[in-house]
Amino acid sequence: MEPPLSSQNQPVSRRTALKLGLAGLAGIAVGGAVGAGSSAFIARLGRTAPPTYRFFSATEAALLIDICEQLIPGDDVPGATETGAIHYIDRQLCGVYARHQQTYRRGLEAFRLTCRQEYQRPFSELPAAEKFAALRALETGRAPQALWGQPTAQAFFNLVLAHTMQSFYGSPRHGGNRDYASYRMLGLDYPPMVGRNRHPET
Amino acid sequence: MALKHVNAVVVGAGAGGGIVAKELSEAGLSVVLLERGGWVSFETHGQDELLNQRTTVLGNAYGPDERHPRVHEESPGQWSIVPPNHWGYGNNAACVGSGTVSYGAMAWRFLEKDFRMRSTYGAPAGSTLEDWPVSYDDLEPFYEKAEWEIGVAGDMSANPFVAPRRRPYPMPAFAHAREGRLLDAAAKRLGFHPFPIPMLRNSVPYGGRNACIHNRACCGYACPNNAKNGTHNTVIPRALATGNCELRTHAIASEIVVDDRGVVRGVKYFDAKDRAHYQTADLVVLSGGAIESARLLLNSKSKLFPAGAGNRHDWVGRNLQDHAYSGAYGLFEDEIYDDVGPGATIAISDFNHGNAGHRGGGALCNEFIRPPYGFAGLRPPGAARWGKEHKDFQRQFFKRCGAVHGPVQEMPMFTARVQVDPVVRDHWGIPVVRLSGNRHPDDIETGRFLASKAEQWLKEAGAVRTWTALPGIMQRSGQHQAGTCRMGNDPTTSVTDKHGRVHDIDNLFVADGGLHVTNGGFNPALTIMALGYWVSHHIKAGWKGKPT
Repeated sequence: MEPPLSSQNQPVSRRTALKLGLAGLAGIAVGGAVGAGSSAFIARLGRTAPPTYRFFSATEAALLIDICEQLIPGDDVPGATETGAIHYIDRQLCGVYARHQQTYRRGLEAFRLTCRQEYQRPFSELPAAEKFAALRALETGRAPQALWGQPTAQAFFNLVLAHTMQSFYGSPRHGGNRDYASYRMLGLDYPPMVGRNRHPET
Repeated sequence: MALKHVNAVVVGAGAGGGIVAKELSEAGLSVVLLERGGWVSFETHGQDELLNQRTTVLGNAYGPDERHPRVHEESPGQWSIVPPNHWGYGNNAACVGSGTVSYGAMAWRFLEKDFRMRSTYGAPAGSTLEDWPVSYDDLEPFYEKAEWEIGVAGDMSANPFVAPRRRPYPMPAFAHAREGRLLDAAAKRLGFHPFPIPMLRNSVPYGGRNACIHNRACCGYACPNNAKNGTHNTVIPRALATGNCELRTHAIASEIVVDDRGVVRGVKYFDAKDRAHYQTADLVVLSGGAIESARLLLNSKSKLFPAGAGNRHDWVGRNLQDHAYSGAYGLFEDEIYDDVGPGATIAISDFNHGNAGHRGGGALCNEFIRPPYGFAGLRPPGAARWGKEHKDFQRQFFKRCGAVHGPVQEMPMFTARVQVDPVVRDHWGIPVVRLSGNRHPDDIETGRFLASKAEQWLKEAGAVRTWTALPGIMQRSGQHQAGTCRMGNDPTTSVTDKHGRVHDIDNLFVADGGLHVTNGGFNPALTIMALGYWVSHHIKAGWKGKPT
């Protein structure tokens, strides 16, 4: 379901490394540890590229991260940003949620324009109360109609909200809920272990 | 290459078909059991909160996949093509055992009046409400057989509304978890008659399988401990052990071949590599569930049945039912959650019948444990859906929220139906299902009544804030799908006779929820199983063919 990582992330493909008998060394190279004793081959390898997104541009991702954090803010327990909401959404958009790609692309752009028109500033620079108000306006259908066609502001908001909740409360294997943060918040043991979550009274 | 002729083809290895395959193969008939899915196991998706059969936002853990689209009427005149994990799809799992692998496993017998709804209440205007052509007494021995062969834990001694039984349950009932104990005491104070929910799940080791370990995630998931009983771990292995039954998985049935004399010759299907096959047989039994069995009949056109097999009078696919679930939620001051799965343990049957001004009603039960994601979408009216307020609500109330719900018995509607789409085809080129229609307005009123009782019960148990959840007017079928191949004595107003034999096609049978004339105020799995035994019994009694 997931697309292959882009080639820039993998200066040496795993297959090439195996051919060269360097599978282990390629792993070391990813850490960027190129010591004086390394072979010339390893010295030629570039540093691993910083994490990139499968679907989002860096600008889109930054805005979406900010939105998600308002939906599930961090406090003494991690929120959406820290638990990886952006990674959950980004992954699903290149998998089972591919049909929502345009909703995100257009919705994020419409929201960017909305903030510029209503607040004359990007969302990231708004004080907390105004961030809340801007998102409430989307949720309640009070966003400027002229800037929103397909999706409507409400449809966009509801989609992001649903996906953020899925990220935070779903299984970490999909990219969110890092370190089972939401389960720890709720006092649930996770993952439940067969044979270990027995209850003596029953 | 032509496939070897067999005595019987059974289409669908779920609650009904698994039983038919076992009964016929044990009687010496050669059987081919076709299943559109494969064998599944807990390990594939574990306890994934987003990818199971109850929460399907990332897909159906046990199928079907996106090669099986449907068309759904989302609002009058507005049709859309929906994938199998869409709420409007009406899904039931595509795997060996089907829904019985991942169901909550409530094991209800319908009540006597559930088989005589029209005689008891009269049909409301706009509904095709009717009596079953069989009675509770007819089915009682077959309910018993299902309870013992598949395995049910229960105890009805505290329930005065239950229909008579000849033999007790094979396993003792499950004990209540903390929420159940609170509700038990509250029900008694209110004069209700609480009892433990009968379950197709092992309270003690049974049938060579383990006892339940009280997992949090149960409804929607395969059991990691093989303690939940479906056809996949009971009757289907027994059928295969006879040596007379061959199970073909990933087999997509496309047509029942009916000859010019109105005799079924066999079933056309596609295998896992999309190769077309034609399996001939002396008789065919459809057990694909109410929606897919109706589709297969409609897609099987022949000289005598140009509108589909058994559809001479336009009743195939009509009267699609499920349950108009209604109930209430309550917030408590103290923690009522103790993480003892699967949560649902207690029921009352006080409001299944005898509710002034209502036809029928439904059982009321506490709910299976809601995973944190499910709980995130559950709020009293007016509460914030996001932000710090959302997070605080989760923290405060995840372990302090109780729920009581009930499957309201629906009034059958001729206009709630399964059709085949004139344009849209699936991966194999087979016309797909088209779902449409509304519930009867009475269902909503009965739901309102039942929800008020649920709310009263939660308040008595100590809930400080309660709110109700009512059904919508749109027919929304799913695992409880029923009614599309109604059994009846009059061939002009039903699809099969009282033994599940399709009118005017002597060697074609249905054995699934499609037969249900009405769907009871209970989860239907055990009734589908009882009908599997009932239909098999009559096929065997009439069998004069030779083994092949």
